[in-house]
Amino acid sequence: MKSRLAYLLPVLIFVGLLGFFFKGLFLDPKAIPSVLIDKPVPNIDLAALPGRGDTGLKSEHLKGQVSLVNIFGSWCVACVAEHPYLMKIKAEGSVPIMGIDWRDDPKAGMAWLQKHGDPYERVGADPAPGHASVDFGVTGAPESFVVDRDGRIRYKHVGIIDDRVWKQTLLPIIKELQK
Amino acid sequence: MKRLMLALMALAICSPALAVDPGEMLKDPALEARARDVGAELRCVVCQNQSIDDSDADLAKDLRQIVRERITAGDSNDQVKQYLVDRYGDYVLLRPPFNAKTVLLWLGPLGFAIAAFFIGRAYYRRQKQEAVALSPLSAQESAEIDRLMKDRN
Amino acid sequence: MIAEAGHFALALALFVALAQGVLGLYGAQRGDKAIMGAASGAGVALMLLTCLALASLTYSYVISDFSLVNVATNSHSAKPMLYKISGVWGNHEGSLMLWVTILAVFGAAVVLSGRNLPPHLKARVIGVQGLVALSFLAFILFTSNPFERLARPPLDGNGLNPLLQDPGLAFHPPFLYLGYVGFSIAFSFAIAALIEGRVDAAWARWVRPWTLAAWVFLTLGIGLGSWWAYYELGWGGWWYWDPVENASFMPWLAGTALLHSAIVVEKRDALKSWTILLAILTFSLSLLGTFLVRSGVITSVHSFASDPGRGLFILAMLTAVAGGSLMLYAIRAPSLKAGGLFAPVSREGGLMFNNLIMSTAAGSVLLGTLYPLFVDALGGGKVSVGPPFFNSVFIPLMIPMIAAMAVGPMLTWKRGDLVGVLLRLKFVLAASLVFAGLVWISTGGRIGDLAAIGGMALAAWLFFGSLWELGERALLFKAPWAEASKRLRQIPLAAWGMTVAHAGVALVIVGIVGSSTWMEEHIQNMKIGETVRLRDADVKLDSAQEVPGPNYNALQGNFVFSRDGKEFLRLSPERRQYRMPPRPTTETAIQSTFLGDYYTVISDPAPGGGYVTRFYWQPMIPWLWTGILVMTLGGLISLFDRRHRVGVPQGKRRP
Repeated sequence: MKSRLAYLLPVLIFVGLLGFFFKGLFLDPKAIPSVLIDKPVPNIDLAALPGRGDTGLKSEHLKGQVSLVNIFGSWCVACVAEHPYLMKIKAEGSVPIMGIDWRDDPKAGMAWLQKHGDPYERVGADPAPGHASVDFGVTGAPESFVVDRDGRIRYKHVGIIDDRVWKQTLLPIIKELQK
Repeated sequence: MKRLMLALMALAICSPALAVDPGEMLKDPALEARARDVGAELRCVVCQNQSIDDSDADLAKDLRQIVRERITAGDSNDQVKQYLVDRYGDYVLLRPPFNAKTVLLWLGPLGFAIAAFFIGRAYYRRQKQEAVALSPLSAQESAEIDRLMKDRN
Repeated sequence: MIAEAGHFALALALFVALAQGVLGLYGAQRGDKAIMGAASGAGVALMLLTCLALASLTYSYVISDFSLVNVATNSHSAKPMLYKISGVWGNHEGSLMLWVTILAVFGAAVVLSGRNLPPHLKARVIGVQGLVALSFLAFILFTSNPFERLARPPLDGNGLNPLLQDPGLAFHPPFLYLGYVGFSIAFSFAIAALIEGRVDAAWARWVRPWTLAAWVFLTLGIGLGSWWAYYELGWGGWWYWDPVENASFMPWLAGTALLHSAIVVEKRDALKSWTILLAILTFSLSLLGTFLVRSGVITSVHSFASDPGRGLFILAMLTAVAGGSLMLYAIRAPSLKAGGLFAPVSREGGLMFNNLIMSTAAGSVLLGTLYPLFVDALGGGKVSVGPPFFNSVFIPLMIPMIAAMAVGPMLTWKRGDLVGVLLRLKFVLAASLVFAGLVWISTGGRIGDLAAIGGMALAAWLFFGSLWELGERALLFKAPWAEASKRLRQIPLAAWGMTVAHAGVALVIVGIVGSSTWMEEHIQNMKIGETVRLRDADVKLDSAQEVPGPNYNALQGNFVFSRDGKEFLRLSPERRQYRMPPRPTTETAIQSTFLGDYYTVISDPAPGGGYVTRFYWQPMIPWLWTGILVMTLGGLISLFDRRHRVGVPQGKRRP
């Protein structure tokens, strides 16, 4: 009897594997969770974009209020698609958006904002190799971080913010943090 | 369609090519060699399954430069890796660290080898039992037969 | 019209495959000759139909019929003819077509060649083949139809990824599929044997040539892919432990084990249920590879556009084929009678040792490949398992394996004399140590190289040991030459094949150890006229110019190699910019020599008027490619052994 069980072992192992494979079909292997969730925002001190009139973006600007940090760049195709929605969020006034102009010539970044509109409260220039963005664990643009009043990162969204993402995910988190 | 676009974009930024560029290399060959050692063990987080040395993605280039900055600043190889783990998680390490999550990974092959040993041993033991049951030859007799068999070969 | 004919043939093939499966298994159960004959007929019809479908798809590619989605997304009118044709299998749908066609051809080969197979066994094998084909045909027709039309055909196609427009890669997938699908025959034989509850030497004699042929193809396919990566990607590597590479490597490891355990079944009537299990696992691992590549479950640098719907379908197939057969195994295998006895130290013991290590290796590669999935599925986040893991696991496993490979063939069947064999190998040991010592001295005698030197000694041990075994068989140094040469000629081809294949493994090891230890790399900006020292040569960038190609523009650099002021080599690598799709590729220029490759790459113009160039000295790399060829040659030689020849009544001769 014992030896008969041994012959069952391969099929049992296979069934176990099948469970993982099935689960795997509904996982995204490319989604990398951030390790910075619930950690304080990294220490950054970014210069302003030329002619924008703010003083750049520092860590302390991310404290005292809930904010949305958005990674963009004038070279980034998907950012153009996202941009109108950021403009809409700004118009609604539900949360201040802070921009990080990643791996970009600050002049090009400024020109891009002039062309497509400027939804940001503050923008910091983070030219290559993008130390500040690497400190945020950025893997691509656009990416957005929800930062709470204490300056801690509470949520990271990879990719474009659209109506669905905003209404179903980001806004509820922000509303909760603003209470 | 959106999926396809994303896939194409990923391909476009991840075409494997000459990655390490002479412009970004360190003057000191010893430090540069260390940077290469570290780079080969760090995963390009944008392109799946390529090390930052093997990928021409922009982010990989940035990370190569940051690795070199850290090394020049006096970090040890492990400190440089830790610097990136702090920002991107264990995911960036192509050689997964030994911890609770990876214990089965690292011990698995050893476990397989041990299992293989016991399977082999069990096979010979059972065979021996069956042999005793089947052939009541004495040790002397079977040795004799073996000798004859060998001569035949 | 032609495409519709192909589509129709494919749909018809689905029903024929169903008929083949049902008639084959039912006919064998009933023992009805007429039904079994009908299954054979269906097998031949299936081959004709799938060939017709593949031919019509190929035709659509050749005439660039962009009204087909598949052609429009993967081909382009300006592509050279070779790549129009190889474009057929350079994509998901087409590669499945090729797969199923090969499957049907192999099935028909069993029908046509298996005249002296017991009719019921043959009918069952054909039946199982039919069912496997059925699942693939359903997969193609329901999720991946290559004959889908576009309402508005574009004027021209999207083109094929230029990285794939290369002769090495044009033939890499067909060989891989020939390998994977070849293992399906061993699988079908295993299922048939389980149904009948009988495995004997005759069964093994039938399975071995098919396994051997599949192994030869798979070895060649993996080798071609690796070679392509080496010269096309332009970064000097040739194996990355990427999930897709692992997907082809796991069936290879299991198939190699199967090849060896089938010998024990044939010669000694032992290890029967184990061999059956290996046959099932080898083909299941081939299917698993398909699942991993096409479902998007595992990320990889290679990718077919992946799709969870397809993933679900392949998962269902995998469940049916692998799950069903393993279940059958669990039920039927315990009743298989154990056969001949042997001691751990014996020829069979050596083959079993091979099996245990190969299986451990395959299991470890599987674990490493799937581990990120395991952790993610259990909510543990993302981990990466990269080359450093696989290297540190694989190398310790291979060392005892290689060491034993020289000893095993010299042991006698049933019970061997290990000490005796080791004594007989004393000259081999001495020769390998001398060889390793010479390598050490000639590479500068560095302490840090000692591990690599050990690898070289191991390779030499295997190489000389394999030749020594052959020499002893022929009494080469004992009997007079006339006698020895007569004996050499009498050695069966299967034994020659083993010697050659094992020697090939030794060459491969030399290549791996050499290239990973003593590689030289130079990356720099070079202006015209500048010189860089590479190993023993001064490499001058002589000139660089634009060169037009059929569907690309290239920047070509001309490098002049000289030694002591004397020119001995010119290499002209290119940086190509393809037009459709717009993508740059590197065309390396490589000169192979006995001791290694001079490897040159040119990249974009650098700021400041020079060019980014890369030079490698890749020591012993030609030995790696030669070794792979020698291994396949060994397989081929063995395949021509008269005992393996399909359809020939088996001889009584023993080795």
